[in-house]
Amino acid sequence: MEQENQKIINEVTSGKYKYGFVTGIETETVPKGLNEQIIRSISSKKNEPEFLLNFRLKSYRKWLSMKEPRWAKLEYPEINYQDIIYYAAPKKKQNDKSIDNIDPELKATFDKLGISLEEQKRLAGVAVDAVFDSVSVATTYQKTLENLGIVFCSFSEAVQKHPDLIEKYLGTVVPYDDNFFSALNSAVFSDGSFCYIPKKVRCPIELSTYFRINAAGTGQFERTLIIADEGAYVSYMEGCTAPMRDENQLHAAVVEIIALKDAEVKYSTVQNWYPGDREGRGGIYNFVTKRGICKGANSKISWTQVETGSAITWKYPSCILYGDNSNAEFYSVALTNNYQQADTGTKMIHIGKNTGSTIISKGISAGNSNNSYRGLVKMTKNATNSRNYSQCDSLLMGDKCGAHTFPYIKVENTSAIVEHEATTSKISDDQLFYCQQRGISRENAVELIVNGYAKDVLNKLPMEFAVEARKLLSISLEGNIG
Amino acid sequence: MLSIKNLYVSINGKEILKDLNLEVKAGEIHAIMGPNGTGKSTLASVIAGRENYEVVSGTIIYNGMDLLRLPAEQRAREGVFLGFQYPVEIPGVSITNFIRTAINEQRKYKGLDPMPAQEFIAKMEEVKKMLNIQFNLANRSVNEGFSGGEKKKNEIFQMAMLNPKLAILDETDSGLDIDALKIVANGINQIKTDENAFIIITHYQRLLEYIIPDFVHILFDGKIVKSGGKELAIELEEKGYDWIKHET
Repeated sequence: MEQENQKIINEVTSGKYKYGFVTGIETETVPKGLNEQIIRSISSKKNEPEFLLNFRLKSYRKWLSMKEPRWAKLEYPEINYQDIIYYAAPKKKQNDKSIDNIDPELKATFDKLGISLEEQKRLAGVAVDAVFDSVSVATTYQKTLENLGIVFCSFSEAVQKHPDLIEKYLGTVVPYDDNFFSALNSAVFSDGSFCYIPKKVRCPIELSTYFRINAAGTGQFERTLIIADEGAYVSYMEGCTAPMRDENQLHAAVVEIIALKDAEVKYSTVQNWYPGDREGRGGIYNFVTKRGICKGANSKISWTQVETGSAITWKYPSCILYGDNSNAEFYSVALTNNYQQADTGTKMIHIGKNTGSTIISKGISAGNSNNSYRGLVKMTKNATNSRNYSQCDSLLMGDKCGAHTFPYIKVENTSAIVEHEATTSKISDDQLFYCQQRGISRENAVELIVNGYAKDVLNKLPMEFAVEARKLLSISLEGNIG
Repeated sequence: MLSIKNLYVSINGKEILKDLNLEVKAGEIHAIMGPNGTGKSTLASVIAGRENYEVVSGTIIYNGMDLLRLPAEQRAREGVFLGFQYPVEIPGVSITNFIRTAINEQRKYKGLDPMPAQEFIAKMEEVKKMLNIQFNLANRSVNEGFSGGEKKKNEIFQMAMLNPKLAILDETDSGLDIDALKIVANGINQIKTDENAFIIITHYQRLLEYIIPDFVHILFDGKIVKSGGKELAIELEEKGYDWIKHET
């Protein structure tokens, strides 16, 4: 019985990565390594205003004095930052990003990933910004959005067209010197998405960014900035994949969200970077800083993430609840398999009065992987009548994986209420037999049970994404899809 | 339909079933009665294909197939249904989703396309009406937070949805109030045809007031010690299990 179970678990946890192909396209890169010259050359390629070059240089100089953090429950060899290419872009000039001028190879790549760049082929109601290696290659539905005054474009384009907004908000949520990886990103970020929703506008469609790493030996450092002005609403989705390579590739992104008075931002991620092979070779090192600020009163930010990829995940999408009555949510499913390692969670910093936050974290560990939840809930002196509810569950598959929970709670206001619940469970033989007795194969039974376990989080995803996420969870666990 | 011959089963080296024989034909209802710990549930589990039982010797032939060679899911797809004594909870999985997955896997096995959503919903409504089951199935997770009675009704509901050839109900009546018991009995009577068969495992004669069994078997110490018609259940109820102990 035990053996049989082990066999099944091995089978269902040995799924293959579907997005591991490489696009044969000529790439323009800068030389390997990092120095001021490289940063200046990235900045000049992008024709950036001086304030931005200064921001980069300031960040770079700070970064030089910083140390890579090693407090997470992650084991990986030293990263040689001089061995990375910090900028790669498809060679064909993308002066005009209208769909007709996109390299057919690129179009085909995104088609293959299930992300059609042709608007008429997209599911109605989703605008996409596609980022390939270091640059944004296409943004769909721009016209529709422009009519509402919504700005949704690549970061580089925003720098040219709305430098005032960039200068006003860049680095205000994640300061240039926040941490080692965010400082690195601030120095070398190449592109990303920018989004501004004007006052009282409800963005009628889902905005989505799709990140694809293609070139070998490169790092991807994108920057996303989302601003929801007073009373605005936007739902934003992010997806990502990378080819299968034996080497580890670095991804160090920064996402900043600003929600002004009465604004609401929903940010959803389905992270599916290449996780490495079954022996733990290759895969993306994902060191990401994501943070939002509920700046105005009654504002709301929610993070929903489904993490299945990356060899290493270091990621804590956080919220600063600054405005009174503001609200923040973090919903996460993190699945690790084979030799993947994830150290992920959130920080909820309550500053305003009557602020509320909710954390629902569902970890799934299989194979030889390690999965940690790390979270901080902080109630500052002024956070009167604020409350947090946290629930951290772990599901273990097999006996070689690990699940860890590191909740940190700091309360400086006596009226604040903080609740924390945690459970650890395994898929039981009784559950499997019950499903099998109804004619459901063991493999599908595992899929059913895992999806049921993660349901509270999956239900928070926008519909289209939820379907994708469910498929992804089962592919990440299944044996013969590939 | 089902032919069990000289079945010996042990668990962790302990012999539970000893030379058990049973013949079940299509259209029949068999009741298996007996005191606790005599092997009733073991018999149900072995027919359904639960793995931690060791079949030492004997055969189970089901519609011409050597049942013991088939994995549990294949037995289910061939029409064997087990109503569990203690149905397990599956958090987050709605009953709708669960039964739909089961039906479609069974259809796939038979080379059929998945059941269209509308047909499925219509069938659920029809079965709910037939069984007079009121709880809101669509939104609840499988057995999660169910009362004892709801769990048993859910088993009967699944049985009606899956339409098995051979249904084994393991103490489905225990712990039920009279209304729930009637629902369960009514369900069995509704589903019964000349083509299918039932093995009803029960402690008490109570259920058999509503379901007329063709055969009643008394299981004692791992084997069937007495078989008869429905009168046997009444006799057993009157005389108690001690009577059997003295008889054997």
